[in-house]
Amino acid sequence: MVKGRMLQGARAMAEMVALCRPKVISAYPITPQTLIVEELSQIVADGDLEAEFINVEGEHSAASVCLGACAAGARVFTCSSSQGILLMSEVIFNISGMRLPVVMICVNRSVSAPLNIWNDQQDSMILRDSGWIQLYAENNQETCDLLLQAYRIAEDHRVMLPVMVCADGYVLPHAYEIVDLPDQEKADAFLPFYEPIYKLDVENPSTMGAYADPEKYMETRYMIQETLKKSIPIVEEVARDFSNTFARPSYGLFENYHVDDSSTVVVALGSMAGTIKDAIDELRTEGEKVGLLRMICYRPFPKEALYEALRNAVNIVVIEKDISLGASGAVATDMRAIFQGRDASPRISGFVIGLGGRDVTIDDIKLAIKKAQQQFEDADFIGLKEELELEGIDA
Amino acid sequence: MKITLGTVTHPGGSRVNKTGSWRTAGKPHFLHQRCIACDLCALSCPEGCIFGTGQKTYYANEDYCKGCGICANVCPVEDIEMVSEEDEHG
Ligand code: SF4
Ligand code: SF4
Repeated sequence: MVKGRMLQGARAMAEMVALCRPKVISAYPITPQTLIVEELSQIVADGDLEAEFINVEGEHSAASVCLGACAAGARVFTCSSSQGILLMSEVIFNISGMRLPVVMICVNRSVSAPLNIWNDQQDSMILRDSGWIQLYAENNQETCDLLLQAYRIAEDHRVMLPVMVCADGYVLPHAYEIVDLPDQEKADAFLPFYEPIYKLDVENPSTMGAYADPEKYMETRYMIQETLKKSIPIVEEVARDFSNTFARPSYGLFENYHVDDSSTVVVALGSMAGTIKDAIDELRTEGEKVGLLRMICYRPFPKEALYEALRNAVNIVVIEKDISLGASGAVATDMRAIFQGRDASPRISGFVIGLGGRDVTIDDIKLAIKKAQQQFEDADFIGLKEELELEGIDA
Repeated sequence: MKITLGTVTHPGGSRVNKTGSWRTAGKPHFLHQRCIACDLCALSCPEGCIFGTGQKTYYANEDYCKGCGICANVCPVEDIEMVSEEDEHG
């Protein structure tokens, strides 16, 4: 029998957040994140979670409330999407710079203009340089599992950095799926109370994120960089402990789907992995040696583990829902850097797919794989509508 | 010097940052002639870098003074004048 309940993703995520017992929640509604915080505000209003739910006038304030509450020693939660993530971004950098273990969900959505409320991963990708740990989920179960792990990782005294759990908008929070949530006792055992190293305290006043002139600032970046590198085994350790505790696999840095015997390996993040696995299953029944490396932990970027997993691949096919406009996809660029100066040198092609909610089909995935097997491709847009005339582009 | 996680510091910690070098438009010269020890200059200084213990004892710590001129402006007996950086009196 399947364990768990049939839940809408947003409800499951909200219940999981409540199981993590945040003391302060602050968020501002934005599609497609809204459902999650609506559920949470209901949970708090019903008295099922002892927390302050602080309504604010925008995402900059929501993130600032979480920053302040976390600095005062509270476990906190926030959640946003798209423009909301952009508006938060100033505070996002402050949170990591102040080494505050805030946990948030980024419900991935495209960025304006033009206004588009549908899914891609441009919003969280923009923040990959912010010093946050970023974990990308494939489905609702994994989003919930990663939330519980996110607090453990963030609050680990060897880490003390915020974690962003990324979940594809609509595809996850709006979909119904069977999700198995732990009971409170088990969640508490996995995630003990938060013990801050420093906290704001009127008896012992302090300043956080204080001024650092050119003689000191650079060290603060170096400290975050080194800590993020050291967090890689901690992400793995927490995932292992999760798998043992809850008897359900949690993959840690990435999921290996038929990678080891494959000459062609797709690299992707998030919910489209489901479609990619279907494409791979079909190709493998036809005898093709194709696999998927589904990246979960994108920051810190686990260079060594990825190199080891992919060193025997001939073709790496990065398929991503973001683009560093004017350059390449962010993930493709990072993947190429791993192999610089190393023995293995697979061909690493990059494809951009599913922007602004454009459907990602099995045929699209197969097309990307086929193109990459034939020749090197970079930032190749898959799924463009040929019937649309593009001013300034088409002659 | 230790850089803590999140650059947490305790009161007074920013004193190590000698920001007086940002000064560009002169500095106060305390004449010590008519001073009545009203303390207005010290209270008004946005840097909190003026100290004094009685009449004609007030001075500015130039490691932090920004040369804003507020002290010279508020002194009720005109016992502070702004002088150029090179001025010996400073
Ligand atoms: S010039 Fe401004 S900063 Fe300098 S001592 Fe006077 S009030 Fe303070
Ligand atoms: S404001 Fe003038 S009179 Fe008052 S303490 Fe300062 S220097 Fe003396």
